[in-house]
Amino acid sequence: MDFVNAIVALTNFVLIPAMTYGSQLALGALGVTMIYGILRFSNFAHGDTMAFGTMVTILFTWLFQSWGISLGPLPTALLAIPFGIAGTALMVLATDRVVYRFYRAQKAKPIIFVMVSIGVMFVYNGVTRIILGTDDIRFDDGERFIISAGDFKRATGLAEGLGLKTTQAITVITAIIVVVALFWFLNRTRTGKSMRAYSDNEDLALLSGINPERVVMVTWLIVAGLITIAGVLYGLDKSYKPFTYFQLLLPIFAAAIVGGLGNPLGAIAGGFVIAFSEVGLTYAWKKVLGYAMPEALEPSGLVQLLATEYKFAVSFMILVVVLLFRPTGLFKGKSV
Amino acid sequence: MKKLMLAVSAAALAAGAAHAESHASEAKIGIMLGFTGPIESITPMMADSAELALTEVNDSGQFLSGVTLVPVRADSTCVDPAAATAAAERMITSDGIVALMGADCSGVTGAVLSNVAVPNGIPMISPSATSPALSDAEDNGMFFRTAPSDARQGAVLAEILAEKGITEVAVTYTNNDYGKGFADAFAENFDGTITLSSPHDDGKADYSAEIGALASAGGEALVVLGYTDQGGKGMIQASYDTGAFDTYVMGDGMYGDTLFSELSDALEGSYGTIPWAEGEGADAFAKITEGAGFDASSSYTRESYDAAALIALAMMKGGEVSSEAVAANIMDVANAPGEPILPGELGKALEILAEGGDIDYVGASGVEFIGGGEAAGSYRHYNVVDGATETVEFK
Repeated sequence: MDFVNAIVALTNFVLIPAMTYGSQLALGALGVTMIYGILRFSNFAHGDTMAFGTMVTILFTWLFQSWGISLGPLPTALLAIPFGIAGTALMVLATDRVVYRFYRAQKAKPIIFVMVSIGVMFVYNGVTRIILGTDDIRFDDGERFIISAGDFKRATGLAEGLGLKTTQAITVITAIIVVVALFWFLNRTRTGKSMRAYSDNEDLALLSGINPERVVMVTWLIVAGLITIAGVLYGLDKSYKPFTYFQLLLPIFAAAIVGGLGNPLGAIAGGFVIAFSEVGLTYAWKKVLGYAMPEALEPSGLVQLLATEYKFAVSFMILVVVLLFRPTGLFKGKSV
Repeated sequence: MKKLMLAVSAAALAAGAAHAESHASEAKIGIMLGFTGPIESITPMMADSAELALTEVNDSGQFLSGVTLVPVRADSTCVDPAAATAAAERMITSDGIVALMGADCSGVTGAVLSNVAVPNGIPMISPSATSPALSDAEDNGMFFRTAPSDARQGAVLAEILAEKGITEVAVTYTNNDYGKGFADAFAENFDGTITLSSPHDDGKADYSAEIGALASAGGEALVVLGYTDQGGKGMIQASYDTGAFDTYVMGDGMYGDTLFSELSDALEGSYGTIPWAEGEGADAFAKITEGAGFDASSSYTRESYDAAALIALAMMKGGEVSSEAVAANIMDVANAPGEPILPGELGKALEILAEGGDIDYVGASGVEFIGGGEAAGSYRHYNVVDGATETVEFK
């Protein structure tokens, strides 16, 4: 029984949260890595584009709710995601046309693109705040829990509860679907192949007749999709607030770099590495060990490797170690 | 040609004089709050309250022979001392403010005080910086606050827990001057065991790690000393989702209607404290803000109104628009003896001061300054019931 309790506590406090957080980071990092791989710059406006996409989705969610449309136990926002993606796509394509294309034509250095993207970040930042304000917004409806901790305790008679939120399940499932679809697209379709070719060797791709503007456009469309889905899932699971989205930039970039910038597989692995190490290294193992170990060996301290305030430090520690030994990330990406 | 020159110089002189005159009939008061950042959802109401007091003074027509008080807003960001310092410097050098209502969060307030206010001799009254550390700050008599220090609130929270017979708690606090000071003050006064006292950072992506550690440590309740829009909310949400704790004990930063209604299931049966004034002052404030078009029942609106009102009254008492007048006379107008002044009676107060009388500004929050210009403060102990608060008592 104690062993079961240990497993339940571990699942509840480490596995489920890390899985969810990892999926959200992975989707975000995929977007960063696509832009880096194909457009060749680090997009600092990523967090705020996520906020923008989520904002559009929220507006459509409200519209649907006012029309009385709902998905029953599932959040209405899922229905609004396609519209959110469309809105974000329009925004990023417009930005590309007005801003990035100019610098691309000049063959500007990547660092200039990075600076430009910081400018774009501030503009997006302002736009989302003007339209939806600075407040925290919760837009999840439907059932909150698949299993709530209290119900689980009552049903099983265990001392430990296990909570699984609807949004956590949706996050993981959606992430899997999106990743599978993305890889199918990149590996199996003509456009996907031309994108990879463009990413591998721009000049060679141009010589073989690939239209660069088309590649760029498709990239932005995919990024808009990834970004909006990541943002909405994150917002559903936690809450929407422009400030938090801006802060997400750090772990997302850490995930993309650890995995190997420009490598989609790496972005996914990076997301989970960051999430699991953040949660695992800072978890106080006292409770789990207390259940799992014989009484004589029960720990008296918290058995916490690192205090939780070092959570961010964990991602950067991994980042430094990985870059020292594998400068191109865990999976072979482009060197930074 | 000569005539033209004369005319031009005469015009220039006249313009200069007019310019000087317009300066003399205007006094700028800085209002520095975190309009962006962790408490951005409560600062607009705070600023509105402060400006309401200034408008009231202006409308009375009694203030220093027709001088108009003009508010100048600036963003303290709540968390970035460098940005706050730069904003404060701008207000002093380019706007020429005579006194500052702000800042809001303890960290930036300390930075603005030592980097800008003290060197420039600009008095500042914070409506919401509650870190105990500010009591000992080197302030040259320039720092006042209408919100009480957390040293006292820590004691009040501990007292409430003792009354409820709770002896074992876990504590989480926001990782800054306010949170740390508050958690220390609470630990000093709490008789039972604190299983783990762990900070959380605001604006983080995820709080499951923090809650995991606290749940492992255990305790009858979780004491949350954070911000209502930020980590504090995230912590409660994460705890509820994982079933880590059932009862939450909240500090003043957690008070917010949105939090209570959104997390009503999680917070049912939880309780907390907030600096709160009861009685006449609070009622009078509620009355004058009824038609003002903003939610005056939000946190620190009363303290903000009082801070701005005190600046105006201190200038009136000193008889001039100057920083020195504010610094020298605040204690005088805030405390007895004198005629008690409630919100909405600023006109009357100005009249009394003009005649050389004495006032005892009570204001919306029951201002009573102790020590180096700090509010003594009374606290409201509330329970969360059905997504709203119910007052238990005032301490």
